[in-house]
Amino acid sequence: MATAALNRTGSIVRKPLVDLLDNRNVLSVICMAPAAILLLTFLTYPLGLGVWLGFTDTKIGRPGFFIGLENYISLFDDSVFWLVVFNTLLYTTVATVLKFGLGLYLALLLNNHLPFKAILRAIILLPWIVPTVLSAIAFWWIYDAQFSILSYMLQKMGLIDQYIDFLGKPNNARASLIAANVWRGIPFVAICLLAGLQTISPSLYEAAALDGATPWQRFRHVTMPMLMPILSIVLTFSVLFTFTDFQLIYAITRGGPVNSTHLMATLAFQRAIPGGQLGEGAAIATAMIPFLVAATLSSYFGLQRRKWQQGESDG
Amino acid sequence: MSDFSRRDLAKLGVGLVAGTALGGPALAQAPEWKIQPEKGASLRVMRPAKFVQGDETLFLENTAKYEKMTGVKVRVDSEGWEDLVPKSAVAANVGKGPDVVYGWHDNVHQYPDKVVVLNDVANYLGSKYGGWYDLAQKYGKKGNNWISIPLGASGSKMVYRKSMLKAAGYDAVPKDFPGFLKMAQDLKAKGTPIGFALGNAIGDANGWCHWVLWGHGAKMVNEKDQVTLNSPETIAALNYVKQLYDTFIPGTLSWLDPSNNKAFLDGQLSLTANGISVYYAAKTSTDARLKEMTADIEHASFPIGPVGKPSESCSMVPAYVFKYSRYPNAAKDYIRFMMEKEQYEPWLEASIGYWGHPLKFYENNKIWTVDPKHTPYNSVIKNALWLGYAGSLGYASAGALADYIIVTMFASVASGAKTPEQAAAEAHKRVERYYKI
Repeated sequence: MATAALNRTGSIVRKPLVDLLDNRNVLSVICMAPAAILLLTFLTYPLGLGVWLGFTDTKIGRPGFFIGLENYISLFDDSVFWLVVFNTLLYTTVATVLKFGLGLYLALLLNNHLPFKAILRAIILLPWIVPTVLSAIAFWWIYDAQFSILSYMLQKMGLIDQYIDFLGKPNNARASLIAANVWRGIPFVAICLLAGLQTISPSLYEAAALDGATPWQRFRHVTMPMLMPILSIVLTFSVLFTFTDFQLIYAITRGGPVNSTHLMATLAFQRAIPGGQLGEGAAIATAMIPFLVAATLSSYFGLQRRKWQQGESDG
Repeated sequence: MSDFSRRDLAKLGVGLVAGTALGGPALAQAPEWKIQPEKGASLRVMRPAKFVQGDETLFLENTAKYEKMTGVKVRVDSEGWEDLVPKSAVAANVGKGPDVVYGWHDNVHQYPDKVVVLNDVANYLGSKYGGWYDLAQKYGKKGNNWISIPLGASGSKMVYRKSMLKAAGYDAVPKDFPGFLKMAQDLKAKGTPIGFALGNAIGDANGWCHWVLWGHGAKMVNEKDQVTLNSPETIAALNYVKQLYDTFIPGTLSWLDPSNNKAFLDGQLSLTANGISVYYAAKTSTDARLKEMTADIEHASFPIGPVGKPSESCSMVPAYVFKYSRYPNAAKDYIRFMMEKEQYEPWLEASIGYWGHPLKFYENNKIWTVDPKHTPYNSVIKNALWLGYAGSLGYASAGALADYIIVTMFASVASGAKTPEQAAAEAHKRVERYYKI
């Protein structure tokens, strides 16, 4: 608008291209375009295609036809699908709670003045740095029915008579995989929360101490509210990662025994690629979206409520 | 070669069991092979990663030989066994990728329209080398057309410790199901249990579960692709496995494909079902303990169930050529070349029995007799049925197999989570989801 006005006065003569680039609307479109194109090509398009495939009977090597909700209706009747939904929710809930409890505890410990603080912090990150497949293979050996180091030690100590069937019984297998996931996930939570802890101004603690606050009160009314914004972000990410976990399951149990450790991601893969039912696999993957959106919204908005951050109680 | 009638019969080619009927197939007079590679052709070949070193070494040597003879450039990519399926599927879908794929059993039956018909290659090889086994034809053909050329198959046999069987009072593995169960119970009583994988082990678990299922005369679907799983025969098979499972080493419900190899080589198992790789690992090991075990390892065919005929299964590796290939003739010629005696025999021998042959002529190869312990693996393709028996191969059979429906059915009964009746009914329903299309 400004250039147009200048032109009318005739004091400055400009080329049309320059004029165009000076136009705020045009410029903003040009600047946004690369990001928008990236998002559309690499996020919106694949996501949209995935959702679309879920409404078709596409098979590997054969284009599909639109079949409406047939995949979903068929999944609704499939006991394995519901078992897998249950597994996924259980896996995500238990693993996330444990990761947060232990991760927060670890972050608080590391926030104290410890000797060799930097080295300790680096070591904590190790489980997260090791490629998942490697740690999965390590856990596969740890849980092995015949060669488990855990069983071996417990037996040598005289605590058990025969090797623990870590992966052979449904609930054992679920617990074992959750433990592996927690082990992998703690560092991420701990380091992020540690970063959050370090942004809390010491003066707040000093003020609280002057007011005679107990350590618990300081944690409850200073640390927690100040940590809430980063906590909510980390929680959101952690839920997303856990819900969509694939590698650990695939390397350790392939979803067995009797489908007790199959997650939605592994089932979607199993049916879509080795099974060739791309449409159904896409439908299972799409069925994850509502859960993910719900989990994200509740952890994000739930924890970001202002009241909490200001240290007020919920009620 | 002087046997006139034998040669003529063999020449009739594909589908004839001429060779076996007359006591051993012979090399027929070579029919003429006319297809020449295109000028300036180059090929990309994708195959499963090696399991025994000799397999890959000879495969690459043969390929180099082909390059030298024809001037066709060939690049061979080895893919992990599980990556092969999606990679081949993606190539089929997007119409770009390797020209020739050595894929897994029924993969190509999921995209039969995307590949070149190979009748000329199959007929040439079949008539020259004593004909194809029935199973090779089942996997190779869609209707009347050959859509792939089976390279070979890896299959399981009973792998056992002679000394442990002897200690339990057995000189050999019993040939029928009740006898086998009794032996397993006796071995368990001696503290030397048997073990078969019951986790989601695509090769091992499917192999032995289908053996028991088919051995009882049960099948997932009939010849018309109607689901027939929930049957008295299936219940009988499930009851049999329930009893058999009680004799297993603990932990088999979590076993994946490598688990039984590890336990066997550690000396914890008296018997399992596996390819020849366990024996091979022991034989080539530098560990004194394993070297000693080598002499004690024996192989046997799977016992025959009430159905009265062998009911084994195997993992077939068929070669197919995608239509998008710019050099289909070179691809055909390459596939033919690799199956010719001059190349195939050294390859078969270098794989020391890990791969079984689909052409009857190779039954007489010395690899099957040079060590008597190789001999049972001679019949891998001859004794096997296809995964998806007795129906057709395609989307439904692949989907049901990938979903571990049969393995899960057996595992849920073995673990006590379900009664045989419940498990059969549930599995039946799951199979129907795939075959309704």
